[in-house]
Amino acid sequence: MNIRDFLDQDQKKDLLRLLTAGSVDDGKSTLIGRLMFDSKMLYEDQLAALKRDSKREGHAGEDIDYALLLDGLKAEREQGITIDVAYRYFSTNKRKFIIADTPGHEQYTRNMITGGSTANLAILLADARKGVITQTKRHTYLVSLLGIKHVVLAVNKMDLVDFKQEVFDQICNDYKAFATQLDIPDITFIPVSALKGDNVVEISNRTPWYHGQSLLEFLETVHISSDRNFEDFRFPVQYVIRPDLQYRGFAGKMASGIAHKGDEIMVLPSGKTSKIKEITTYDGNLDEAFPPQAISIVLEDEIDVSRGNMLVHPDNQPKVNRHFEAMLVWMDETPMDPYTNFYIKHNTHSTKARIDKIQYRVDVNTLEKSDAELFKLNEIGRIVMTTTEPLYFDAYKKNRQTGAFILIDPVTHNTVAVGMILDKVSSDSLPSRITDKEREHIVKQGSLISTGEREKRYGQKGQTIWITGLHGSGKNELAYSLEKELFSMGKIVVVLDGKTVRAGLNRELDYSPSDRAEHLRRVAHICKLLNVQGIICIASFISPKEDIRQQVKEIIGKERFKLIYMNADVEFCRANDKYGLYKLADEGKLSHLAGVDEDYEVPENEFINVENGVGNIDQVITQMGI
Amino acid sequence: MTQYTLSNLRELEAEAIHIIREVAAEFENPVMLYSIGKDSSVMVRLAEKAFAPGKVPFPMMHIDSKWKFREMTEFRDKYAKENGWNLIVHYNKKGFEQGIGPFTHGSKVHTDVMKTQALLEGLSKYGFDAAFGGARRDEEKSRAKERIYSFRDKYHQWDPKNQRPELWDIFNAKVHKGESIRVFPISNWTELDIWQYIRLENIPIVPLYFAKERPVVNVDGNLILVDDDRMPKELAAKAEMKKVRFRTLGCYPLTGAIESEADTIEKIVEEMMTVTVSERTTRVIDFDQEASMEQKKREGYF
Repeated sequence: MNIRDFLDQDQKKDLLRLLTAGSVDDGKSTLIGRLMFDSKMLYEDQLAALKRDSKREGHAGEDIDYALLLDGLKAEREQGITIDVAYRYFSTNKRKFIIADTPGHEQYTRNMITGGSTANLAILLADARKGVITQTKRHTYLVSLLGIKHVVLAVNKMDLVDFKQEVFDQICNDYKAFATQLDIPDITFIPVSALKGDNVVEISNRTPWYHGQSLLEFLETVHISSDRNFEDFRFPVQYVIRPDLQYRGFAGKMASGIAHKGDEIMVLPSGKTSKIKEITTYDGNLDEAFPPQAISIVLEDEIDVSRGNMLVHPDNQPKVNRHFEAMLVWMDETPMDPYTNFYIKHNTHSTKARIDKIQYRVDVNTLEKSDAELFKLNEIGRIVMTTTEPLYFDAYKKNRQTGAFILIDPVTHNTVAVGMILDKVSSDSLPSRITDKEREHIVKQGSLISTGEREKRYGQKGQTIWITGLHGSGKNELAYSLEKELFSMGKIVVVLDGKTVRAGLNRELDYSPSDRAEHLRRVAHICKLLNVQGIICIASFISPKEDIRQQVKEIIGKERFKLIYMNADVEFCRANDKYGLYKLADEGKLSHLAGVDEDYEVPENEFINVENGVGNIDQVITQMGI
Repeated sequence: MTQYTLSNLRELEAEAIHIIREVAAEFENPVMLYSIGKDSSVMVRLAEKAFAPGKVPFPMMHIDSKWKFREMTEFRDKYAKENGWNLIVHYNKKGFEQGIGPFTHGSKVHTDVMKTQALLEGLSKYGFDAAFGGARRDEEKSRAKERIYSFRDKYHQWDPKNQRPELWDIFNAKVHKGESIRVFPISNWTELDIWQYIRLENIPIVPLYFAKERPVVNVDGNLILVDDDRMPKELAAKAEMKKVRFRTLGCYPLTGAIESEADTIEKIVEEMMTVTVSERTTRVIDFDQEASMEQKKREGYF
């Protein structure tokens, strides 16, 4: 073969990105060193430098220490561990390889997550003498979390167990038993000795019972091209190219699916439709484009499209929502402050996001789930979050491109967490909470008039009377009767109810759990503002959830908060339903109505319990002590 | 499904174009550092591809140490003019007036003043918040761990222990005023990939890469080209004609040639596959001190 043929063949090879994870003792670096060395990619002088370094700092005695070749940075060499992710490149006659080489210890979980995010395949090492250990399980979990479809379990140091088949079989069985609970479609087992070279590049005659491929043969032939999602066309718009009036192209990388010239498309979030007029590149127009090509799309019509939008086929749309669940990995040294309003970057789209709830934390060693208030470095768990603008996403398992996001701290600008979107629970039934941290946000009053002085002038204590209960239980009737009575007593009093607040201040909020929490958070803050001015607020809201009412109470301050519970049975409420909401809910035309398709949590600590009706106003006022 | 597979080179190309567009979209004032070398030539082509049929929406900046090979400067000026680039040439005026140079001040002082300082000065002068560089991870050990978006503080320093996590193809472009990002779109390319791409795309490169009879002097085992009369006379006197080429280009007194017959890209690759000296060892600056590249990167050099 002459050089021209070689180059022609070389540039047609495909690319396999693989992840290796393991500790110093596993012989991981030795294995990579051998893969690269035996495929002749080491230049002689690198080898000479390696021999020199081995004598000075090596941990492998007189043999060549392949680990030194791989570990780059000074601090790491001194400690004898690979701290970061290091990328290695080698090539055989069949394929090119990029190795993301990451450390194995638990404190480096984030490094492994980083290295694995772009990998097609992972090589995990097990020591034949130790079998499937905690680390093997942890790495397997992380690999499945990242959606890596191919795993090779290289059972290493077979030379130290005399290449016994029983040892290998036992480890394979143990591993299979563990891995079945995870979602990894393709697992391959190979007995190797990285140090001696058995089954790494060539099949060894010391394992005659093994009938599979050598590690390198497997890497060269494993089928990866169908791992990409070619079904769901998703094109996140990255940049608008507009050199002159004739050309307006939307530049981006094909995230998934196939785009054809002439395809009908829809723009998210606007919902406008058009057709693909041209798919353009520097090298000429294409009839179709597929991932991961970087292209530009020209549309038939002049419609408004900008960065952060997504082009899709109208009959195959992603989820569009602000409220979703995700598996989150905390990547920052500083623990999570769950009240932060993060930047979120998802494809080419950036907006803000808050964490509504931590569902659980996963112990990466045992896969056990536990409650958590926050995540620390390397911790992983399931969370519910809400974004300011809707995201257009697919579940990460289905689409790695449109299911992944990063969270950025608004102050430090560090990438503090990464997430993989889940799509198991509908957004309507996801929990929510008021995401605000009160204690740290108390601002010293700037006013020269104290609350006490105001209260003395008005002859009243600024406080909030919060009325909770089902729709139709008589909340508003009580609220307005109370207001009139208090007003006639000379008190300064204001009523807030859902209709009024939603008509203006909160008009962009819907009835999803996260938006309702935000709705009540704002109401609570208005009450608080008015209360410190010495004004009495009467707030009439269904507010069906105990934890949200508790948070409202915290915001207002418990000494100013009095809860009235309209203890009416459903029949009473239905009879008293002026807007026919129960009927609509029964017919399925309305959702999220407490008492019908959503639970109403009866308060445990109400100040006054009013049964079936408005009750006696004078009695209420006396009881309230106003 | 097999027809929907990109070759390794086209996949790397798509990755680089994605990165270049992402930077142009998210930063206020990006710049592409242009070194005139082969990797820079590839970078320029990738930038042209990213914005076709439009123009590249950011300038190129060359940090001129004033000791570059003459053929490099000629190539730069010709190419920039022909393609209508917005090219900025910046040099350290103070260092130049003081006459700093490798022959008189040694490689360490020269590199520090005329390259590192000049670069930092150029970046600050124009207030660039993102600078593309052509570094590749396979070049050198400390670069194997470099991010694609490499965060630099307001002193342009790199902290290898405090790098931002970088996942999938989602890049964090948030910087405070004064901070910046160095961006390496061809991080995942190898030297062979670069040559392959130049061959495939027919990209013009400086003729110094190809073997030709040139006057060279052996200085401590490095073949240094007699490029102008600033070379000390006693050295220049020892010059002999040899058929040589350069594997990397930089300041002529700091860049050793190799004896070679390779005058086409194919021959260069053939030579590369069998060569016994890895790429950067012909660059004298790497040997100044232990882990010297890592040190330089911490100080703000690429």
